[in-house]
Amino acid sequence: MSVAEELPAGAAHPPGALQMDGVVRRGTFTLEITLTVAPGEVLGVLGPNGAGKTTLLRALSGLTAVAEGSIRLGGTVLDDAATGTFVPAELRPVGLVFQNYRLFPHLGVRDNVAFASRSRGFSRRQARRRADAYLAQLDLMALASRKPAQLSGGQAQRVALARALATDPGLLLLDEPLSALDARTRLDVRAELRRHLATFSGPILLVTHDPLEAMVMTDRLLVIEDGRVVQQGTPAEVAQRPATQYVARLVGLNLYPGTLISADGTVRLHAGGALTAAPDTPLPATGTDVLVAVRPSAIALQTERPHHASPRNVWAGTVIGLEMLADRVRARIDGQPDALVDLTAAAVAELQLRPGQQVWLSAKATEVDVYAG
Amino acid sequence: MPALVAIAFLTLPLIGLVVRAPWRSLDRVLAESQVVEALRLSLVCASAATVLSLIFGVPLAWVLARAHFRGRGLLRALVTLPLVLPPVVGGVALLLAFGRKGLVGEYLDVWFGFTLPFTTVGVVVAETFVAMPFLVITVEGAFRTADRDYEEAAATLGASRLTVFRRVTLPLIGPSLVAGSVLCWARALGEFGATITFAGNFPGRTQTMPIAVYLALENDPKAAIALSLVLLAVSIAVLVALRDKWLNTGSVA
Repeated sequence: MSVAEELPAGAAHPPGALQMDGVVRRGTFTLEITLTVAPGEVLGVLGPNGAGKTTLLRALSGLTAVAEGSIRLGGTVLDDAATGTFVPAELRPVGLVFQNYRLFPHLGVRDNVAFASRSRGFSRRQARRRADAYLAQLDLMALASRKPAQLSGGQAQRVALARALATDPGLLLLDEPLSALDARTRLDVRAELRRHLATFSGPILLVTHDPLEAMVMTDRLLVIEDGRVVQQGTPAEVAQRPATQYVARLVGLNLYPGTLISADGTVRLHAGGALTAAPDTPLPATGTDVLVAVRPSAIALQTERPHHASPRNVWAGTVIGLEMLADRVRARIDGQPDALVDLTAAAVAELQLRPGQQVWLSAKATEVDVYAG
Repeated sequence: MPALVAIAFLTLPLIGLVVRAPWRSLDRVLAESQVVEALRLSLVCASAATVLSLIFGVPLAWVLARAHFRGRGLLRALVTLPLVLPPVVGGVALLLAFGRKGLVGEYLDVWFGFTLPFTTVGVVVAETFVAMPFLVITVEGAFRTADRDYEEAAATLGASRLTVFRRVTLPLIGPSLVAGSVLCWARALGEFGATITFAGNFPGRTQTMPIAVYLALENDPKAAIALSLVLLAVSIAVLVALRDKWLNTGSVA
C-alpha cells in the first residue's frame, strides 16, 4: 500500500459539529460555557490567564469531566453529566496540540507521530508507515529520526500537529499553538499552520491570548473571562467593538463604560467625564448603559487648550507615561477619562512631552463609537 | 584548609588499601574456594535482593508518589526507616518478625516447615530489607518529578493506562530506575550488620564478602585486604556507572 493511499482522506470520524453546553469545575474554579463549532470552522477562544481556556480544553479532550451539561461531537455524546456518559480521553476522537507540545522526549519524531497508531494496536512497522503519511503531509520526513530536543520550535510545533492528526480525530484542539515560539518564527509558522488547519475537515478550536493569532487564524471568536463567555463574534467585530477592558487592551482601543444620557450621542462615563458621538450614527436607546470605544490614533494631543471648537470632545489630562511602539509613541494620559494617545516620535519631540506634563486631549465626534454594552 | 583535611581523611584509607595490597599473592588468595564462594554468594544475593526490590519497590514508589491518602507521610517515614536504622537493629528486628519464634516466622515454620534465618534466602531477605529503600526513594522522586503532562498527552493519543505506564512513564523514569537499582545493588552487596545478625556466617550458604573480609582480618589479613580490594573495585565500577547521574549534578542539583 502506498503512502498516498493511507493519507487521512475520508477520516474514520465523519465531520460533525461540536456542541458544548456545560459547567466544568476544577478546584474552586468554575467554567460555564456554551459553544458550537461547525465542521471546518476555526473557533478562537480568547481570554487572559486563568480565564478557563485550559479547563475548557481539558473538558473537551476528556481529561476532566463536566459537572453539569453535556458535550457532543456530531451524533456522539462525549460527556453528559445527566446520564453519566463519559468517554475518557483515550477513547475520544479528539486531537489535542498542547501548548508546549509535550512531545515524548524519549521517542524520535516518527515514533511520536506513530504513538497513536501503536496505542490502537498497530504493529511497530504498520504504525511507522502510517506515521510517515502524516510526516510527509507536514513536510517532516527529513526530521523523522530526530529526537524532540533536536527540533526548532517551529518544527516541534509541526510534529505536535502531525501527532494529533495521526489520531484521526473528529475534533482538533490547539492550546496556544504559537506561544512557545519566538516572534520571528511565529510569523512563518502562523501562515503555515493556517494552511494546515484549512485541510482539516472537522471543527477546530484554537485557544490563545495573542490578539494577532486570534485575528488571523480564526473564523469566529469567543472571549472568556473568569470562566464566563463575555463576547462572541467575528474577529473584526470583536476588534472594533470590544466588550471588556481586557479585549480593548488587546486590540489597543480606549474603552469606557457609561450611560447614554441624550439622543445627541452624549455619554456620561462611569469613571468620570463625558464623550459625545456624532448624532447621525445609530445609537442605543437613551438612558441605557453603553460602551464607548476611541482609537488612540484618533485622539489629538496639545499642550495648550485648543481654541477652535470643532472637536466636540475636549478634556484635560496629565502625561503619566510614554512608550515607544514600532513606528509611533503611545502616551498614557491620566484624566477624565484616562486615555492612550498615539503620536509620532516627531510630535513628542516637538511638544517636548514628559511625564507629569499637563496636556489637552480632543477627539472628533465621528471617531467616538458608542454601542450597547 | 579543612577541605584538604577532609580530602586526605577520605582518600588516605583507600590509598592505604591499594598500597598495602598483597599484589603478588593476589591471584592465589582470590582463587581460594572460600573466597570464590563468598564472592559468588554476594553477587547472587545482591542481585536477587535488587530484583525483589524492583518487583515490590517500584509499585511502592508509585503509590508514595502518586496516590493521595491519609498517613502517606507516615508510610514514607516507615518504609525509609531502614535507611537510617543501624543494620544490626534491622537484623534483630527481622529475627523478631521472621525468626523461628517470630511474629510471622512462627507460622511459616508451623504451616510450611520453612525457616528463613541462617539460610541463603535469609541473606536475600536481610539485604532487601536494608537496600530496598534506596531504590524506593530514588524512583519515588522520579515518579514525582516525571511530568504528568506527558502521561496526559499519551492519553489523548489513545493510550490505555497500562500503555501509558509502559511506553511513557517507565521510559521517562528509566535513568532513575537504573540509578536506584545500582544503588540498591551496591548497598546489598556491602550489607553486613543485618545479614550476619539474621543469616549468620555459614561459608557457602550465608557467608557473603563483607562477612568474609571481617573474619579473614583475624587469621589471614592478606586475604582480607585482597577481598576488600575486590569490593573497592566493585564500588568504583558503581560510581563510574552512575557518574552521569551523581558526579556531574553538582551544578544542576
